[in-house]
Amino acid sequence: MQVTPELDARFRTAALGEGLVDVRYDLVDSPVGPLFVAATDRGLCRISYSPEHGEELVVRDFGVRLLRSPLDDVRRELDEYFEGRRRDFDLALDLRVASFHADVLRELAAVPYGLTTTYGALARQVGRPSAARAVGTVMNRNPIPIVLPCHRVVGANGALTGYAGGLDIKRHLLRLEGAALV
Amino acid sequence: MMGMVTHAPIPPFERFYLAHRDEVLGYLRRLLGQRAEDAWQETFLRALRAYDRLQHGRHLRAWVFTIATNVAMDELRAKPVNGLREGDEPAVELRQDAFRELEHLTDDLPPTERAAVVLRYGYDLPYAQIADALGSSEDAARAAASSGVRRLRREHAGHA
Repeated sequence: MQVTPELDARFRTAALGEGLVDVRYDLVDSPVGPLFVAATDRGLCRISYSPEHGEELVVRDFGVRLLRSPLDDVRRELDEYFEGRRRDFDLALDLRVASFHADVLRELAAVPYGLTTTYGALARQVGRPSAARAVGTVMNRNPIPIVLPCHRVVGANGALTGYAGGLDIKRHLLRLEGAALV
Repeated sequence: MMGMVTHAPIPPFERFYLAHRDEVLGYLRRLLGQRAEDAWQETFLRALRAYDRLQHGRHLRAWVFTIATNVAMDELRAKPVNGLREGDEPAVELRQDAFRELEHLTDDLPPTERAAVVLRYGYDLPYAQIADALGSSEDAARAAASSGVRRLRREHAGHA
């Protein structure tokens, strides 16, 4: 006995309406592959290049009551970004992470479209000039890549160094934004 | 050793829901007919309300059938229901293929017997789990299924 799409949609709407869901998520197609996107009541909390991994992380951070549901604003802003029509995101974010992480991610959010910065520069901006390596760790664990632009952070010599989604994606995003690549 | 311990993590709700939504609807359709859809939604809303209090991910199938049975019983309580009677007749069992011949007659069974028979023969749940679903003892669950099977056979003989 198959549940019809109408019945399924009715259940999902009722579940969200009653506030029973910890995290809503969806899969969004993009030029860099399918993106797992997830949001809490407070806002976007996770983007992952790997759906399995994303699911696991949001369950750990926000709870097991995970339900798939369209995230229209997120999808629209990402589409606009990938079409080159959007430089800044207007999405509410849920950044319930450790304070050093939050400080670094806030500085990261301010790195402008099409420009790059370095791990050391971000470390200096949060008042921890010797913490370039720790900044690298924060980038590596960035919960919301693309929207929090860790692809704009490069090594002191301009090398791309690393990226959670792979260096090809980092290069793709920087080219899209017209950034100068070494 | 650690390796011997069966760790059963709780799956994300979406995965649990996709795994069980169809068979729970089938079960409720069997018990409630046209009223099944509201009961189905109520079942998964109750499951979602309780989901973050689960201690582990074992027996989730039996758990959701328990919730569905409770919802169905609430729904059916409007009609007079025969109580469970224990041990007044010898237990009767049915083979799965025999059940398939009789299952169209389950609509006429009293609700508790219907639930017990359908869970046992339609969904292959053990009596311990059916007992949980019915909120009764294992003996009472067995007696309800047994009594239901006898009634089905009488019905079947009557129609033949």
